[in-house]
Amino acid sequence: MNQPGMLAALREIIRRDLLLALRRRSDVLTTVLFFILVASLFPLGVGPEPAVLRTIAPGVLWVAALLSCLLSLGRLFTADYVDGVLEQMLLIPQPLSVLVIGKVTAHWLISGLPVVLLSPLLGLQFGLSGEALGVLTLSLLLGTPTLSFIGAIGAALTLGVRGSSVLIALLVLPLFIPVLIFGAGAVSSSASGIGAGAHLSLLGAGLLLALTLAPWATATSLRIALE
Amino acid sequence: MMGLTRINWFKYSSPQAFYPLAGRMMPWCAAAAILLIGVGLYIGFFVAPTDFQQGQSYRIIFVHVPAAWMSMFLYVVMAIWAGIGLGLNARPSFMMAQAIAPTGALFTFLALVTGAMWGKPTWGAWWVWDARLTSELILLFLYGGVMLLRTSIDDSRRADRASAVFALVGVVNVPIIYFSVRWWNTLHQGASVSMTAAPKMAATMLTAMLVMTLGFWMYSIAVILVRMRCVILERERQSSWGTHPSHQDVVEVH
Repeated sequence: MNQPGMLAALREIIRRDLLLALRRRSDVLTTVLFFILVASLFPLGVGPEPAVLRTIAPGVLWVAALLSCLLSLGRLFTADYVDGVLEQMLLIPQPLSVLVIGKVTAHWLISGLPVVLLSPLLGLQFGLSGEALGVLTLSLLLGTPTLSFIGAIGAALTLGVRGSSVLIALLVLPLFIPVLIFGAGAVSSSASGIGAGAHLSLLGAGLLLALTLAPWATATSLRIALE
Repeated sequence: MMGLTRINWFKYSSPQAFYPLAGRMMPWCAAAAILLIGVGLYIGFFVAPTDFQQGQSYRIIFVHVPAAWMSMFLYVVMAIWAGIGLGLNARPSFMMAQAIAPTGALFTFLALVTGAMWGKPTWGAWWVWDARLTSELILLFLYGGVMLLRTSIDDSRRADRASAVFALVGVVNVPIIYFSVRWWNTLHQGASVSMTAAPKMAATMLTAMLVMTLGFWMYSIAVILVRMRCVILERERQSSWGTHPSHQDVVEVH
């Protein structure tokens, strides 16, 4: 009975957040540029040795993706919190988790998807081969939504707290570690010929787990922050 | 009828009733902790045989393993109290979670440091990026996150609830630590003690380890009770019983 209403609300929230992001393109660009810049620092710091770069590529690109996700997390709820929209959103008849899923999806489309699409290019610069490039993109495609979902919990918990930008990093980065391990592990094991299947399956499992539990935890945290 | 049993059950869930109870229990737990840790260390250092492979250096496990066990156990206990607090909206449960966090962090730190001391002579490195070491390090960060989140939020009600949610989210790490040696075939050795199989070590070693664990457990209870009393005093300073001059215990502490 309530199904169409929930889907309509979900669609509206995604549409609204995407529209807002479109009006402030610099926010989106900052995240993407940050990703490219962080990834480009490593060849300069480590040295241009192709063999070394190939070895560190999965980890470096994953850490860069993780940091750029972290950078954009602060914007997930803050603008709506500051102008009071979030408080009104709590009053919508649909479950709060639906709102959270909508906002996280929009966040991923804005900050996660560009990173996924850019990663083959950067992987190429690090000298990754054809198959490893595909696995890198696939692992990021499975992993970055998980990062957005986990990050949403941290963003909701630190909403309006002083020093929240540093605090969110301290809360969320430890929870990102498993995603990082399996994501970078998938690329490394495919490059060394073991096959990435196991790691990719674990990433998928992590995404499903985050999809089921994180919206609920985020919704609870939002209620706590706004009560 | 139900009402009566309820009152008995929940009597000590009020800070006012818990405060003197904690004061009475604390010395016994502290004494038991001193005794058990003393006995455990004696067995571990003087009675237990020398390991034929690792020599004397293995004896650090009598501190390391119990500390690692306690670090995980206390996290789960903290998360349970946090969950009870969120579910029943009970302030004393949040206080309990708050009181447990520093002790848990201490044991996590102790497990990491003693592990490094053991790793240097045995593996030849202070630290390796092994699954169990890394996940134990994450546990330390999670304890830190729980405590930091609490101190960063000024409103105590929100601080309680927010850190409780974070503690519950972090519980996913505990099974990862526990099963890490089975899931990843890495440097850290598998469990030598389990509930289902016969232990793979000498009986005296096992005794020392279990006595030390009991000792650490008693120590945790004693310290947590003391911290709980401090938390109660700090938070209830506005209430009438907390500032009442006739309350002996309170005057002593002031």
